[in-house]
Amino acid sequence: MEKKENYTVSIYTENNIGLLNRISAIFLKRHINIDTINSSPSELDQIYRFVIVVKVSEKDIKKIITQIEKQIEVIAAFFHTDKETIFQESALYKVKSKSLFEERHIQNIIKNSHAKIVTVSPEFFVIEKTGFREETEKLYKDLAPYGLLQFVRSGRISVTKEPLNITEILNEK
Amino acid sequence: MKISGSEAIIKCLLEENVDLIYGYPGGAIMPFYDSLYNFQDKINHVLVRHEQGATHAAQGYSRSSGKVGVVIATSGPGATNLVTGIADAQIDSTPMVCITGQVASNLLGSDAFQETDIIGITTPITKWNYQITKASEISTILSKAFYIARSGRPGPVLIDITKDAQFEMTEFLYKKHKKLRSYNPKPEISDNSITDACALINKAKKPFILFGQGVILANAEEEFKKLIEKTGIPSAWTILGLSALATDHPLNVGMLGMHGNYGPNVLTNECDLLIAVGMRFDDRVTGNLNYYAKQAKIIHLEIDPAEINKNVKVDVAVLGDLKNTLPKIIEKVEEKKYEKWLEKFRELNQIEYDKVIKDDLFPKKEKITMGEVIHQINIATKGNAIIVTDVGQHQMVACRYAKFNESKSNITSGGLGTMGFALPAAIGAKMGAPKREVIAVIGDGGFQMTIQELGTIFQTGVPVKIVVLNNDFLGMVRQWQQLFFDKRYSSTEMVNPDFVAIANGYQIESERISKREDLKKNIQKMIDSPNPFFMEVVVGKEDNVFPMIPTGESVSNMRLS
Repeated sequence: MEKKENYTVSIYTENNIGLLNRISAIFLKRHINIDTINSSPSELDQIYRFVIVVKVSEKDIKKIITQIEKQIEVIAAFFHTDKETIFQESALYKVKSKSLFEERHIQNIIKNSHAKIVTVSPEFFVIEKTGFREETEKLYKDLAPYGLLQFVRSGRISVTKEPLNITEILNEK
Repeated sequence: MKISGSEAIIKCLLEENVDLIYGYPGGAIMPFYDSLYNFQDKINHVLVRHEQGATHAAQGYSRSSGKVGVVIATSGPGATNLVTGIADAQIDSTPMVCITGQVASNLLGSDAFQETDIIGITTPITKWNYQITKASEISTILSKAFYIARSGRPGPVLIDITKDAQFEMTEFLYKKHKKLRSYNPKPEISDNSITDACALINKAKKPFILFGQGVILANAEEEFKKLIEKTGIPSAWTILGLSALATDHPLNVGMLGMHGNYGPNVLTNECDLLIAVGMRFDDRVTGNLNYYAKQAKIIHLEIDPAEINKNVKVDVAVLGDLKNTLPKIIEKVEEKKYEKWLEKFRELNQIEYDKVIKDDLFPKKEKITMGEVIHQINIATKGNAIIVTDVGQHQMVACRYAKFNESKSNITSGGLGTMGFALPAAIGAKMGAPKREVIAVIGDGGFQMTIQELGTIFQTGVPVKIVVLNNDFLGMVRQWQQLFFDKRYSSTEMVNPDFVAIANGYQIESERISKREDLKKNIQKMIDSPNPFFMEVVVGKEDNVFPMIPTGESVSNMRLS
């Protein structure tokens, strides 16, 4: 078996209906599970950026990238290892307000994790933490014993250390 | 002046010089058919008997003419019936535009009558697809559809048009698409790749060329011939590359792959340079990749970057359209001859002839063989016919033995292996090349998968010649059961109807041949007929196709029996 690694796939695309389906179909066809996926506007007007994290071999990721780039509305696709990117994930934690007042320990957890309190109401409060997977997971584990009403974590967002020559690619075409 | 969306669709087809379409009407596409009524003198609509038949007919039309095949169907079942043909066109790179009707846009997502998400369904099997909900989008999107279908590595495009968009009135202005910023159909040619490739070619001692359909799709048959004649390199074809080079060309050393010829398969593992020209190293060509041409340097001439290093790691990739890359290579390669190397191909060919071919073409056994039918067809047509094949034993035999003088003469379902392809594809092939003889060679299994298209032949009178090679078995599966599953013939024996009676029901002239002495004269009778003709040939029930590379074996371990 070849060594599998986390790869961050960055895809610049036109903003068209159905493109998400077309891109995910390429992973589906190869029986590859998508770890996280995020889609948002990019630094360029009218151009979208998908950030997808998958765990595959280097040989596979190269083939996947050419097949993604082959899709008509994909402008360019890139892959990077964790070392080559700056990446973050955001998580939200909804906790009963009662436990904040009754369990003094929670206040310390929040303080030590450098998490932000987003909102507080008589019934619940919401904490936000942005960082690496290990950090958001640690906070989850710490808060879980006090009863989490809801927990959600975003897909990875990432920028690369090296410049992506997307503007040049667009100008060439 | 405003026109309806449905009329705009037809105007787009006319702008793209489409004069022939295949289709089947139904609720959500009715506005289109109503507008078509006014354009019957400009567009010939062929009413098929099943939408799958429309896709294969469009494929056959495209493969014989080089033009884009056009298919029309309604929503729901009409659209889902296109799926097999679209997948076939995608894997065999056939340019096709499918237009489907869809429920009105206000009903989308409501599980309306005959609503289906055909965009979702066809996403992985189309080069591009798009749903139109406004009449104003029609001209831009259809222009884009034709551009994408035919440019670069061709493929199928599906455009789904809601019923209200077909009714809606719109201004019509047509602009042909020539460019899309997110799409690069013809990769720029790197001079370095040409230099590197030519250096390898010039110093090779035992070079070997594999050519595929890319040569035909690029219209580069002449350039390809020039290359091999200048370099003197023996050349073998993939099943879709067949007919790109005349079969009797002295440098044509035969067919690659599982049931191809002995020489080119075995010598793949002896050459020192493998030059792949417009082919994609399909697993049926390469056998076990761990033992495939490991001793050789590999050059890959290819238009689609996604094919480079996909199955076989190459030393030099020459990206680009063959029409442009081949002349650059021809310029830089030395004139050579490889007599001793070619002699090896001839030696192995002689072994194959003695052990396999002789008994296939000139059998001594009582029952007619598939090979001798193809041999007799060759004699009658002098290699000038278009041969359309289905999938299975007869396909392998026909491709092994058919003679071709001209390109675009071999039409078959290669990548997808779609049984039922041949009969409708032959209809389209004849319409795409009306002056040429078109002969469909089909097995008894595949024939019954799209047998209803005899109705299309009856209604249009299109003079295709149909040869069904009947062994009352799903022959290829039966052969595998015999060789690899202990002769356990699970669900492969067919109790067949009276095919001649069925053909007669459609008033198609027909013959059943079961004796060798009747074969030659009846094939001549079939060729001489100006009308559609049906011929059933009863062949040996348990004949096998050899040589063969069993699954998982190396190309050099080809079995001759």
